[in-house]
Amino acid sequence: MPEAANGRDDRMAGLRRQIDALARGGVARSPALPFGIAALDAQLPGGGLRRGALHEVGEAGVSAEHAALAALFAAAVLARLHGSVLWCLRGRDLFAPALAGVGLCPDRIIFAETGSETAVLPAMEEGLRAKGLAAVVGEVGRLGLTASRRLQLGAERSGVLVIAIRRHRLAVEREGAAAEPGAALTRWRVSPQPGTGPPLPGLPRARWLVELTRARGADAPRSWILDAPDATGRLRLPAELADRPLAAAPPRARAGLG
Amino acid sequence: MADQTGNKRVLAAVDQAARRLGLRPGMAVAHAQAAVPGLAVVEADPDADAVALEQLGVWCLRRYAPLVALDPPDGLWIEVAGAAHLFGDEDGLVEDLLTRLAQRALSASAGVADTPGAAWAVARFLPHEPVVPPGGHAAALVDLPVQALRLAIESADGLAQLGIERIGQLTQMPRAPLRLRFGPEPGLRLDQALGHALEPLVYLDWPEAPMARLVFADPIGAPETLARVTEHLLTDLCAELERRGIGARRIDLVFRRVDGLSRSLRVATIRPSRTVRHLVALLAERLALVDPGFGIDEAVLCATRTEWFDAAQADLGDLAEEPAESGLAELVDRLGARLGRGRVYRLAPRASALPERAVRRIDPLAGVEASWPADLPRPARLLAPPEPVAVTALAPDHPPALVVWRGRRLRIARADGPERVHGEWWRSEAEAGLVRDYYRVETVAGDRFWLFRDAPATEGGRWWLHGLGEA
Repeated sequence: MPEAANGRDDRMAGLRRQIDALARGGVARSPALPFGIAALDAQLPGGGLRRGALHEVGEAGVSAEHAALAALFAAAVLARLHGSVLWCLRGRDLFAPALAGVGLCPDRIIFAETGSETAVLPAMEEGLRAKGLAAVVGEVGRLGLTASRRLQLGAERSGVLVIAIRRHRLAVEREGAAAEPGAALTRWRVSPQPGTGPPLPGLPRARWLVELTRARGADAPRSWILDAPDATGRLRLPAELADRPLAAAPPRARAGLG
Repeated sequence: MADQTGNKRVLAAVDQAARRLGLRPGMAVAHAQAAVPGLAVVEADPDADAVALEQLGVWCLRRYAPLVALDPPDGLWIEVAGAAHLFGDEDGLVEDLLTRLAQRALSASAGVADTPGAAWAVARFLPHEPVVPPGGHAAALVDLPVQALRLAIESADGLAQLGIERIGQLTQMPRAPLRLRFGPEPGLRLDQALGHALEPLVYLDWPEAPMARLVFADPIGAPETLARVTEHLLTDLCAELERRGIGARRIDLVFRRVDGLSRSLRVATIRPSRTVRHLVALLAERLALVDPGFGIDEAVLCATRTEWFDAAQADLGDLAEEPAESGLAELVDRLGARLGRGRVYRLAPRASALPERAVRRIDPLAGVEASWPADLPRPARLLAPPEPVAVTALAPDHPPALVVWRGRRLRIARADGPERVHGEWWRSEAEAGLVRDYYRVETVAGDRFWLFRDAPATEGGRWWLHGLGEA
C-alpha cells in the first residue's frame, strides 16, 4: 500500500526534524528566554519571554518620547539570544555603541531605516518572512489590533522573537497606547528610577522601574526595581533589595519633576 | 574650441573662464583672439565628442538606470523612474551623479521632470532646483525662456521679435498663426515638454549582458499578465545564468509600449543570485509602478551586473534547511527594494573622538571586526543636532546642578565628568579649536542625560544636550 508507506515516511521525516531541532537547541526546546531573575521569570508564562511571540516595550519619564530605555531593554533581551536581529528604525537617533554596551554586538544587527512611521510595520513583517533571523525589533507609534495580530501570527509562524518599541511624542498617546487592546503576549514599561546611596561623584549603573503592565496567561500588572542591564544584557535585582521578599517591591513611586 | 562654418572659423564651445571673459560660442575666432590676446584655441573634434558622449551614456547605464538615451552634442537622458530608489530618491541620484561627474572634472548640470523636454529645460535653465516634483513641470516651465524648448535659433529669435520670451507667454498664443509663421516646431516642442505629445527616445543597448526577451503579437497590460511574463522571462534568464555559471547582482526589466515609450525597473541583490522565486519577489515589489499605457508589445529582462556564482551553495537551496546566510541576503534584497539600498545597513565603529562620527554604515551583511570601547558608557539616543540647554552650576567649572531642557527644569542629583573630546584638526580649521567637555548626569528622578559644554567655562562655553538614556 503505497499511500500508507508515504504517510509513514512523512511522519518519520517530521519526527526527525523535531529531533534535529532539539539537538540544535532550537525553538522546540527552549521556547522562552528567561531573564535570570527568579522573581520576574516566575511571573511569566513559560518562565521568560516567549519566542515566536510579540512583546511590546514602552517607556515613561521626561524623555519617554525618545524611548531610549525601551531600546536598551530590547537590546539587552536580544543580547541573550543567538543569531541575527532585524532592527527597523524610523529615523537615525539610535546610538549603536549603547547597544554594544548592553551586549548586542554590531555584527548581529541589520538595520532597516524606513524614514516614515507607516513603513515600519511592513518592514517588520518582511523580516518575519525571512529565514535565518532570531529576532525582529521595530520602533512603532500606533499599533492597532489588526497590525499587532499580524505581527503575533507572523511571530508564531516563524518562531522569531518580536519586540515592538512603542514611541509616542505625547504623554496622552503613551497612556492611550498602554490601555489599547493588542495581541502582544506581554507589554512592558520601563522608566528611570533615582539611584540610592550617597551622591558621590561618578555614576553607578542606572536603576530602572520595570513594569509588566499586561501579560496573557499571567498576573499583571507587576513591577520590579532593577539595575539596568550589564555588558551581557543581564538585568539584576539591586544588591540592597535582593534579599527582601517580592511584596516589598514598592508600587510605582516616581518623583514629580521640579 | 574652434570649428569651420562655411569659410569662417567660429568658436564652437567655450569653457567657464572664457565665458567670464565675454566669449560666446558662435563668435568668429579672429574676433575672439583680438579681444583676448593669448587665447588658447583647440580644434573642435565632433566625432571624438560623440564617442565620449556614448561612453558616458554606457557609464550611466551601468550605474544609474536601464534606460539611457543620447542627446547630442552634450546631453543625456536617463529614465530614472523605477531606478532612483536604489539611491534613496531622485535627489539622491542627482547628487550622486553630479558628484561623480565633478570628480571626473566634467562640469554638468541635471534636471529631473516628468517629460524628457521638461528635464532638458530644467537641466539647462534651472540647475539650482534640479528635481521638479511629479506634475510640477508645467509650473516650473512657465518662467523659463523659450530657448528652453530646444528651438532652432531662428525660431527663438523670431519669437523674441514678437515679444515672446517666456514659455508661459507661448502657451497662451493661438496655435494656428504660430504654426503658419514658424512651422510645427514650437508647438511640438511645447507639447513634448508639457507631456501633451509623446517623445519616444532611442535608448542605448547593453553590450553582451545575459538577456531574455519576449515579443507579443497582441499588446499586454493587465497586472497579472505582467507578473506572469516577468516570471517567464526570469526562468529563461536564470537558465542562461546557470549555463554561464554566474549569478545576477542587478536585473533590469524594460517594457516597450505600443506608443513607442519604454518603462523600466531595476532591482539589485547583495549576493549573486539566480533563484527565480527570490528575483520574482523583488521585481513584483516594483511591478505595480509600471504604467502599461495602451499596451506593451515587448519585454526585455537583462542581468546587467553579474558575478561568479558558487554552484555548491546554490543547489543546497532545495534541501529542507536553507543556510541562514542566504535567507538574510534575500531579506536584505527585499528590504532594499522596498526602502532603498542605502536604508538597509549595519552600523560599525569608526575611530573618531566625536560621538556623532563614531558610527559608520556598512554593507548589511559585512562582518565587523571591532566593537566600541566597552568602558565608556554611551547614551542610547543621540540628538542630531544637539539641543541647547540652560545650565546652572555651583561654580563655573563644576558639573551642572540644574538643567532647563525644552522648558523643563531638571534638577541634577549626580554627575560624572568631564570627558574631554577634541575636534579632528585634520578635517578643517574650524575643527582644530573644537573642544567639548562631556558630562553624564542623573536627575533626581533618575533620568540620565549626556551633556557637553562647547568650551571651558572660563571662555564662556555653552551647554548642549547630546544624548539620553543609559544603562
